[in-house]
Order: sequence, then C-alpha cells, then structure tokens
Amino acid sequence: MDGLNIPLNHVLLVSSLLFVIGLLGLMIRRNIIFILMSLEVMLNAAALAFVGAGAHWGQPDGQVVFMLILTVAAAEVAVGLGLVLQIQRRFKTLDMDHANRMGG
Amino acid sequence: MRELIWLIPLIPLLSSVTLMLSSGKFPRLLIGLLGVGSVGSAALLTLALGLDFMANPEVLQLTLWTWMQVGSFAPGVAFYFDGLTLVMMSVITGVGFLIHLFSTEFMEDDVSYARYFAYLNMFVAAMLVLVMADNLLLLYLGWEGVGVCSYLLVGFWYQNSANGQAARKAFIVTRIGDTAMALGLLLLFTELGTLNIQSMVGAANESWQVGDTLPLIACLLLLGGAVGKSAQLPLHTWLPDAMAGPTPVSALIHAATMVTAGVYLIARTHGLFLLAPTAMLVVAIIGITTSLIAAFTALMQSDIKRILAYSTISQIGYMFLALGVGAWTAGIFHLMTHAFFKALLFLGSGAIIHCLHHEHNIFKMGGLRSKMPVTFWSFMIGSAALAALPMTSGFFSKDQILLEAYQFPDIGPWLWFAGLCGALLTAMYSFRLVFVVFFGQVKTKPDKDTGWRMALPLSVLCGLSLVGGYFIIPVESVFPMSTGTHPAHWVEYVSISVPLVGLLLAYLIFQSGQLRVDGLVNSAIGKIMRQFWLSGWGIDWLYERLFVRPYYAFASLLKAEPVDAVYGLVVTFNEALNGWLSQSQTGRMRWYITSMVAGLVVLVAVALQLSPEAI
Amino acid sequence: MIMVNLILILLVGGLLAMISERFGKNVPRIVALGIVLIDLVYLLSQLSGMSDLTQLQAPIPSDPGTWLMHFKAEWIPAFGISLELALDGISLLMVTLTLVLGAIAVSASWTDIKIRRGFFEANLLWTLAGVLGVFMALDLFLFFLFWEVMLIPMYFMIAIWGHENRGYAAMKFFIFTQVSGLLMLISILALVSVNQSATGQWSFSYFDLLGTPMSEKVAHWLMLGFFIAFVVKLPAFPFHTWLPDAHTQAPTAGSVILAGILLKTGAYGLIRFAVPLFPEAAMDFSYVAMALGAAGIIYGAILAFGQTDFKRLIAYSSVSHMGFVLLGVYAWNELALQGAVMQMVAHGFSTAALFMIAGALQERLHTRELREMGGLWQHMPRMGAVAMFFVLASLGLPGLGNFVAEFLVLLGLFQVDPWMTAVAALGLIAGAVYSLMLMQRSFHGEPNPKLTEMGLVDFGTREMITMVVMMLALIGLGIYPQPLLDMAQPVLQSLLEVTP
Repeated sequence: MDGLNIPLNHVLLVSSLLFVIGLLGLMIRRNIIFILMSLEVMLNAAALAFVGAGAHWGQPDGQVVFMLILTVAAAEVAVGLGLVLQIQRRFKTLDMDHANRMGG
Repeated sequence: MRELIWLIPLIPLLSSVTLMLSSGKFPRLLIGLLGVGSVGSAALLTLALGLDFMANPEVLQLTLWTWMQVGSFAPGVAFYFDGLTLVMMSVITGVGFLIHLFSTEFMEDDVSYARYFAYLNMFVAAMLVLVMADNLLLLYLGWEGVGVCSYLLVGFWYQNSANGQAARKAFIVTRIGDTAMALGLLLLFTELGTLNIQSMVGAANESWQVGDTLPLIACLLLLGGAVGKSAQLPLHTWLPDAMAGPTPVSALIHAATMVTAGVYLIARTHGLFLLAPTAMLVVAIIGITTSLIAAFTALMQSDIKRILAYSTISQIGYMFLALGVGAWTAGIFHLMTHAFFKALLFLGSGAIIHCLHHEHNIFKMGGLRSKMPVTFWSFMIGSAALAALPMTSGFFSKDQILLEAYQFPDIGPWLWFAGLCGALLTAMYSFRLVFVVFFGQVKTKPDKDTGWRMALPLSVLCGLSLVGGYFIIPVESVFPMSTGTHPAHWVEYVSISVPLVGLLLAYLIFQSGQLRVDGLVNSAIGKIMRQFWLSGWGIDWLYERLFVRPYYAFASLLKAEPVDAVYGLVVTFNEALNGWLSQSQTGRMRWYITSMVAGLVVLVAVALQLSPEAI
Repeated sequence: MIMVNLILILLVGGLLAMISERFGKNVPRIVALGIVLIDLVYLLSQLSGMSDLTQLQAPIPSDPGTWLMHFKAEWIPAFGISLELALDGISLLMVTLTLVLGAIAVSASWTDIKIRRGFFEANLLWTLAGVLGVFMALDLFLFFLFWEVMLIPMYFMIAIWGHENRGYAAMKFFIFTQVSGLLMLISILALVSVNQSATGQWSFSYFDLLGTPMSEKVAHWLMLGFFIAFVVKLPAFPFHTWLPDAHTQAPTAGSVILAGILLKTGAYGLIRFAVPLFPEAAMDFSYVAMALGAAGIIYGAILAFGQTDFKRLIAYSSVSHMGFVLLGVYAWNELALQGAVMQMVAHGFSTAALFMIAGALQERLHTRELREMGGLWQHMPRMGAVAMFFVLASLGLPGLGNFVAEFLVLLGLFQVDPWMTAVAALGLIAGAVYSLMLMQRSFHGEPNPKLTEMGLVDFGTREMITMVVMMLALIGLGIYPQPLLDMAQPVLQSLLEVTP
C-alpha cells in the first residue's frame, strides 16, 4: 500500500473542487438533466472525501459510507430520471425555470 | 319577649319572598293581606316592644350569628336596640303600615300588584335592618338594601324609560355617597379594629382627641353616605326625579323613612362626630344651604310631587342643621314629625293623583276642597305642620331646632336667620300648594273620592301630625344632654311668627291676589331667576355637563378598545413580515441553492470571525 | 388515587359522551351531565369520610403530609418529573366549584348545540379535566401539561360551536394563552435548573422548589414569567383583550366555563405559585400588580358601559371583577386574600348565570344586541327577575357573595394602600352604572313591538333549577360565608408565613 501514497490534502482538494463544480452547476444550469448530473458530481465529491479520509486513518468506515452513498445516488438517479421523463411529457421542456408553477 | 326582635324584619322579608315566588298567581286579596299584614304585625310587635321598653328602658344587644370572621374582623348579624332604634322602628313600621294600607287602594288596578308589595315589604325589611344593626357593616347591608328597593320601586313602571332613567339616577347618585361611606367603614375598621358602633365610638374616644384629622376624615366619609341617601347637597339631585315611582312609594321611601337614613346614621355615630367639630360644622352648613336652595326651588315647581320632593330635601336640611349644631334630639324629633306630616302630604297628593287621572300639574287642579274633603283636610293639616304653624307637630320640632341653632357658637345667629328664611319660604310654598289646588275654580273633575283604605291612613296621619309634637321620644339616654341656656324671648317670638307671615304672603299672592307679583316675575331678572330656581339652581344641568356627558364620551371613545390596537400592531407587523418574506419564495431551485450557499458562507465567516482559534 | 380518579372519570367520560352520539342526538348531553354529577358525588363522598373540613389544620407548604390529600407517582424520574397531585382547602374549593359549574355548563348548552353534540360534550368534559388537573397538580411539569390540556378543547369549543366571528376569537384566545403559557414554561424550566444547580437534584415538585435560593434579578424575571401567564388568564389590564372576543363568541357552555372557571385558574396560579415561589420578588412587584388591578377595575367598568352586546358587556364586567382578585392577591394579607378567594367563587356563579341568561336570550331572540331588546320583563318575568338578581349580585349588593368578596378585598387593601383602595372603590360606582344600564336596555324600557310577535318563552323548569342553585349559592355566600372562609383560612395562613 505504500506505492500509491497520495496525501489527504490532495484528496480533499480534489473533492472540494468537484463539490464546487457540482454546486456551481446546480446554481447555473437550467436544464434538469444537468442539474441531476451536478447533484451526482456533488455526491461523488462527498464520497471521495470519505474514501480518502478512510484510507488516511486506515478505517473501513469511509468505504462503508461510500457504498451507502452509491446506493443513495443510484436511487436518486432512478427517481430523478423518472421525474425528468414526467416533466418532459407534461411541460415539453426540460428548462426548470419554465416548468415553475409557483406563484412567487 | 325582647329576644324576638329579629322577627320584626323577618316577617316582612318572608312575606316579600313569598310574594316573589308566587309569580303573581295569588289572588289580590291574599297579596294585600300578606303585604299589609306582614308590616302590620311588625308594627304590632314594635308596639309591644316599645311598651316593654318604656317600662324597662334597657338596651338590648342580640347577636344572631357571626356574619363572617377573618382574623379580628368579625361583624355579626346582630341587632342593637335602644330608644333611638325604637323611634326609628316605630316610624318605619307604623307609617309603613299606613302606607301599605293606602297602597292597596292606590295600586288596585295595577297588573303587577304582587311585585309591588314584594318590593315594598322588602324595603321595610331592609330599612328595619338598617336601623337595628349593631355594626356598620350590617347597617351598610340595610343601607344598600333600601337603595335597591328604592331603585326597583322608582322604576316600578319599567315600560317607560324615563322611569328607568330616574331609578338609575337615584341608585347611582346614592351609590356615590355609599362608596364614600364604604371607605369610611374601611378607615374606621383599620384604625379602630371594630365596626360595632358602640365599641367603635368607645375606641375612638380612647385613641383620638377632639379635632384630630382621622376622625374628621372618617366623619366626612360617613357624611358622604348620609348626604347621598338623604338627598343633601351636593348629591340631592336624584330625589325630585325619584318621584317617577308610585306615590305611596314616594311617601314611604322618599319622605318618611329611607331619605332620613342619613340623619339616623349621623345621630347613631354622634360619638364620632363629636370628635370632629369641623365635620359637624360642615353638616350644619350643608343642611342649611340645602334647605334654602330646595325651598326656593319648591316655590317654583308646578308638579305636585316635585314640590313635595323639594320640600322633603329642605326639611331634611333642617335635620342636618340640627345634627350639625349638636341638637341630636331635636333632629330625630323633626325626623319623626316630618315622617308623619310628609307621609300625610304625599298620601294626600297620591289620593289627588289617583282620583284625577294621574294629573300632576297643580295648575290643572283647583277647587278640590269640596270634592275631596278628606284630602283637603289632610293637606291643610299637613301643610300647617310642614310650615310649622303653632301647635302642630312640625312647630315643636322645628322651633327646637331653630332655638338650638341660635345658641351655636359664633355663627349660631346666622344659622338661625337662614333657618328663618327657610321657614318663611316653607310656609309660602306649602300654602301656595293648598290655595292653588283646593281653592278657586274647579279645573279637572275627580272621577271618584277616596275609599276607606285611603281615608283611614290619611286620618290617622292627620291625627299624628297634629299631636305628634307632644310625643316624648325616649332618646335621652342615647344622646348627650344639650347644655344650652334658653335664648332671649324675642328669638322665640320671631321664630313663631315667621311661618305666619309666610302663610299671609301666600294668601295674598296666590289666593286673594292682593299682592301682585306679576311685574316682578315677568321682569328680565325675574324670568332668569325663576328659570334658575325652577331648574333646581341648575345643578342637574351642571352635573350633566360635568360628569354624565364626559363619562358617555369617554366610554364611547374607549369602546374601540385602544389596548387591542397595540396587539393589532403586532399582527400588522407579522403580516408585513410575512408578505416580505414570502417574496423570497420564488419557486426557482437555483435561487434557493444560491441563497443557501450565500447563507452558509456568511455563517462560516461569522463563526470564524467570532472564534478565530477554531481554525 | 382519588384525585387521579376525579380526572380520569372526566377524561374517559368525554370519550363515552363522544361515542354515545351513535345512540341518539340527545344522548351525549345526558351522559355528560351524568359524568359530571358522578364526579361531584364521588368527590363529596370521599370528603365526607374525612375529618371535619371546617377544622382543617394549616398545611405546611413544604410538607405534603400535612395536606388534605397527596398523591405522587414516578413519571420521568430522570428529570425529577412525577405525577404529583395534592389538595388543600383552596384547591378543594376550586375543584368543587369546577364540578358544580361544570354541571351547570352542561345544562346551559342543553338545547343550543345543534351539530356534533358528542364531540362538544367531550370537549367540555376534557376542559373540566384539564381545569381539575390545574387545581390539583403540584408538579410544575404536570401543571403546565394540564394548563395546555384545558386550553385545546376550549379552543375547539369556540372554533366549532361559536358564534359569527368564532374563528378570530378562538385564534386570539389560543395565541394569548399559548404565548403566555410559553413564558411560564421557560420560567418553570429555568427555576428547575436553578434549583438543580443549588441542590444537585432535578425536581419539578412544588414542595422541592419552594424556597429555592436565587439572586434577586433571576427571581424577578422568573416571577414575571409566571405572573404574565396568570394575569393573561385572569385577565388583568392590559392583557385582557382576548377575553371579550372569546366570551362573546363562545357557545353558552363555553362562556360559562371560561368566565366561571378558567379565569380562576389564573387567580389560583397567582396565589399558589407566582407569589410563594418568589416571595421577595412578588412583594417588590406588588405595587405594579395592584395598580394593574385597580386600572382593570375602572377600565373594565367603563368599557362594559360602552358595550351594546349583552355578552360583551358581561365579559368586560369580568375584567372589572377580576381586578379585585388581583388587588386581593397582591395586597397579600389575610383579609384581602380571603376576599380574593371569595371573589373567585362568587364571581364564578354570578357571571356564569349572566352568561346563561345571555345564551337564553340569544336562543330566543337570535341576537345579543341590546339595542334590539327592551321591555323583555313583560314577556319573560321569571327571566327578568333572575337577571335582576344576578345583576344586583354583580354590582356588589350586600347580602350576596360578591359583596363579601369585594369588601374583604378593599378592607385588606386599605391596610396596605388607602389611595389605591379609593381608586378601586370607584369601581363600585362604575359597576352600578353598567349593571343597571344592562338591565334597562334588556328587560326594562319600552317593549320592542317586534319582540311581542315572537312569542317568547320564559325560563322553563330546567333553567330555573340551574338558576335557583346559583342564587342559593350566592345568598349563602352572602349571609354566611364562614364555611368557605374557614376552609381557605389555614391555607392562606400558611402561605402568608412563606413570605417575609
């Protein structure tokens, strides 16, 4: 295990970069497909941080949580894509600003 | 025998309750029997008690039960019986019985016959409690009780809202006085530790000196109650309006008994008043002022009952004068004789009103002398006694008051002179009434004459008004002896002759017409004065503007509940905040996320700023 | 266990009443009346087995064994919360009053509830259960719980069966009580934690919390929390504005319970908790409290005079009368406290009766507006006479209970502050003004021709029985209040010893 020795800092840096990218995607994108993808990116950023931290402390917990996140992400995609299909059918668009039905 | 004294107020009370529970289903005869019989038996018991007392003049103190006991505050439902109580009880039950009897004829056509006697009996019971109470709290119970009965009876014909107005005025104006009196009770108990009248006066004499401030305040507060009940300045305005009630009620409550309760109160607590000479002076001045003001007003009225009402105010003024100058016995004596002749006059006027289709205006009457002889003689005797013509009962009592007032230090002669002016006016207005109503042209024909149930009480009261002056009231042990010497003879002669002058003037002006006063009356100043006196010196007008209207205005101003407006501000603020914040709910995810991130950044920045060592 | 049973009977009885609607529309009211009467009889039968109630010994506040009854069971031991109930003379009076007025309230709404009668009676019984709990709970957590329990069914009673503006009134009632209740909860928690840091023990028990040492400033704030909760309920000026709305809009039974009982929980709280828990702070505060009381007397009386709605007028008169209670409590001497307790009982009857009359009028005339009444005596002499009686009681006629109460309060207050007494006494005059005006506008005066055609029905037997019970109670209190005074005396005496 000593061949591949990446410092934790680097892992966290990458993870936070990924997180910010995902967040920016959420904030900027209007297409719901991209919003979902950004969400996935953020989830994976968090998962990466867990794995990195787990490796650093030599604990299995990080990978356990990663598995959990993976499951959550899969479920989320399943539901999310279902919603996307419905939105496409109902609004004939994937632009979330157009699909807004709230009064505010 | 004497231990049965509690039966005397109980019998009318039970009769009253029975009548109330009957809800008008009893036959009239039974109602009358109950109403009159209960007071009659109370009168008989009082008579028996009086004979017993004459034989063995010993005061009786009887505690039925302790009303309430909290710490050392333990007023009892307890009676105290001495000569003064006996005089009051005799007047209440005796005159009360006659008036009840009179009422059975006066009210015979009224639908609420039972209600009337229920109230009237209740009044007698409450009045008896008032005079028999051995402590001021029980006295206060009777005091308020008679006030309520007066309210109920003045507003007896409730369908007319003017009657309701008069009844409310009577109750509320007297309540103002009563509240002062209640404060007096609080002060007396707090300072002296008891409300039992005898021990209270004893304690007061031990702990207070003549002229101290505390007895003065206490006496003035009690006086507040007395002027309210007895219709003296400045709380006299309710009495003329109270004439809205049935006339026998006016005779019983507003002439013979309830309105003299103030006099009784002061007489009963004279031991306190002796400690406060200033308060006594106030009593005397209130009395004489009221007496004069009311006498002038009576001279101008045209409603027969209002004349008598103002005359009552004026006569009670004399009693207050007597109390103020320390002529206790004379004051109580005048109370008794006044009860006789004023009840007589009121019942007489009731007979006229009854037989004249409820006519009140004396100028629409006239020539009744031959049509209603019993009533005419009643009025003649009553007016003579009221005017204090020699040898009538009023003469003895009023003369005594004036003589004792003359001997009052410093201002005595002035009080006497003012009293004489009042006596002159009294003679004038009372015989004005007689001449206008009974002589001259017949203007309204009576449709009936009085029946025996009216004639009998009138006759008995005529007798009492004539010979009442020779009664000796057994109060010498109650009051301190008056130590005054006899004044000069001329004082007495003047006192005797003034009413005769008044009678003569009344004859010349209102009967023979030899003395023409039209010019004087119709002159500019005469008109103003006439209007001024007619309206009772504008006091009602003043109170209306000073108290009644501001209170109405205040109440309608507050009706919108200003306090709620403050809570309304909270609501308005919340609604504004709600409107403002709900604008941020756009429904755009991107906007939500961005604001979340921004919020997070701010929070982290603040946290770092606050605790930099966490880094 | 007796006390638990008392509450349980009402709680379960509420469920029964709700279910019983299946058996007929008129069954729930019979069930409810039965339940309350059973509860009352149960209480009296348990008491009759005890020693002479007029010879009570003074309960020592810190020693539950000296109380008339005491019950304690663990609930949440980790925080020192227990089911602790206790009864002394004052609570006993209040519990009895609650049950008597509860039965009267059921009778008051015998006919005027048209929808969901089962749920109505259930709410009524649950409110009573909450009130009983408030009067008996001596664990502060439990006390707070019951404080809320009595509030929620009451909210439903106003919101569902109330009159035209019920939603607003119910919400206002709820928010006022809830917010003030939260202040009390904060105070309770703070008090418990202060006590914990002093003794190391968590306890919500009244007996443990008495005499908790704390700094003057803390005591002031905590006392204020309790004070506000209780005076909102009382209600005292200027926290009274929920009351006219709630009383006016509530159905008759609701008004009867609100005015007759619920207001008394505030007064009870002041006597039981706000003063004894923080004696010094309360005494420092007494002038403010008394000033609020005197202001309430005058303000309530003036506003009552300005009203033209029968129920609203009575509601404001309650504000005025409760001012006497506040004065009595904070004058804090035996006379005044006895007066306050007396006022709680006497006002319970007189106001409940007036609200019943208002309800009866509303049922017959379909209005509460005084301007549309007048001359009703002619049509309904029995009701008129009864109304006159209670109006006289409410203006403090000697010989009736309210006079004894007001006089004792004034007498006690005079020893503390004569000037305040003089101001409060003005309330006697203003009281006469609005009371007689009420009588004039409704029963006296010229008969309204419109009313003559309506064929008004006078009070029937059921209503007269209810009224006569209350009339006899007031007369009894007025001419021989001693049993009641004797019952409260030992409690008050021991409370007075708690304070400096």
